[in-house]
Amino acid sequence: MSDAHDHHGHHHDHEDGSRFSDTELRVKALESLLVDKGLVDPQALDALIDTYETKVGPRNGARVVAKAWTDPAFREWLLRDATAAIASLGYTGRQGEDMVVLENSPKVHNLVVCTLCSCYPWPVLGLPPVWYKSAPYRSRAVIDPRGVMRELGLDVGEDVEVRVWDSTAEVRYLVLPERPAGTEGWSEDELATLVTRDAMIGVARVERPDGKESAK
Amino acid sequence: MNGVHDMGGMHGFGPVEIEPDEPWFHHEWERRVLALTLAAGFLGEWNIDTSRHARERMPGAEYLASTYYEKWLWGLERLLLERGLVPQAELDARLRDTAAPVRRTGHPRLLTAENVEPLLKKGGNARVNETVPARFAPGDRVVAHNINPTGHTRLPRYARGRAGVVDRDHGVFIFADSHAMGHGPQPQHLYSIRFAARELWGPEVSERDAVYVDLWEAHLDAA
Repeated sequence: MSDAHDHHGHHHDHEDGSRFSDTELRVKALESLLVDKGLVDPQALDALIDTYETKVGPRNGARVVAKAWTDPAFREWLLRDATAAIASLGYTGRQGEDMVVLENSPKVHNLVVCTLCSCYPWPVLGLPPVWYKSAPYRSRAVIDPRGVMRELGLDVGEDVEVRVWDSTAEVRYLVLPERPAGTEGWSEDELATLVTRDAMIGVARVERPDGKESAK
Repeated sequence: MNGVHDMGGMHGFGPVEIEPDEPWFHHEWERRVLALTLAAGFLGEWNIDTSRHARERMPGAEYLASTYYEKWLWGLERLLLERGLVPQAELDARLRDTAAPVRRTGHPRLLTAENVEPLLKKGGNARVNETVPARFAPGDRVVAHNINPTGHTRLPRYARGRAGVVDRDHGVFIFADSHAMGHGPQPQHLYSIRFAARELWGPEVSERDAVYVDLWEAHLDAA
């Protein structure tokens, strides 16, 4: 193995603090090297970071969900051709090229995972959170989805079918949660404020702001 | 490959812990690794499947001890070195001295700032516009192959040799297993296969529940 590898392996012998600084130094060295070799443009790096820090995120997905709740024709389109329906709101591109939307109901609860890596619908949810990419979630979501959800505060009844979707290809999944009771007459904008990232992954329900769980 | 990255069904990793109001990044270097990985990917010297396989090749003990962006950094370094874009000597020199001289090579497909938005919006092209006959249709019973390739595969261990039902045909896609290994795109139908939870995990799990796995035609036989 290379020196680079030995160096990298070595840093895990340190305490956490020095491990971080070692990684930080490696990144600085690699970035300066790639810039000086003309393989990356520093301004492009800044534009990439800005995109994922400010332009995409679960607000996009929340708009998709809220529109589906208030517009039956859009909901039907979304369930039939999620890629086109989501693109009509302007959310397209990398890690969301082919979308499928999974609708929760009183009888079916959907949960999304990527057991092999970290596949996640970036255009509608942004970059995945640490827990989604972590060993506990990737290992357990497929074998014990009910246990995982219970730990996270979501009890799914025995009479409800749990469907776990392992994102093993380039298709990306978004859960359409159930609209909470007591939101009749709410506008699309108001509804969008209720929809969370975790509900669109399937580990939470959408709740009304008074904290009451939606009626089952 | 039967690596530790193939985690579905393993025990012992502890509870899932959601960080409230998690920031997009926890350290500045994580931002840089994300951006470097994406920017280098746009050079076109490798594809997204190669990139995933590079991270899987991280030694198992190290993979488990590393954070997400540490794995990305490791994978990026491997690909840059293996493709000859960065000589080992230059990387080593930079690690010792951030002002160490390097040979500027440039690249015809260098990602520029003005191309970031259009290229991200355009995305990749895993779906292939080709007419390829489909061997299976929704409702067909299938069995996932029992394979143990040392290279890349998107057929997780927990589904190998298991029987399921075709839920939907996603259409024709690049075959990640071959694409990652430099064996071409081999376009073929990709299906969502529904496996009953009990078929995968035995009698103690709910008989209602199911796991859906996206698998390519080359992973499947008729049951």
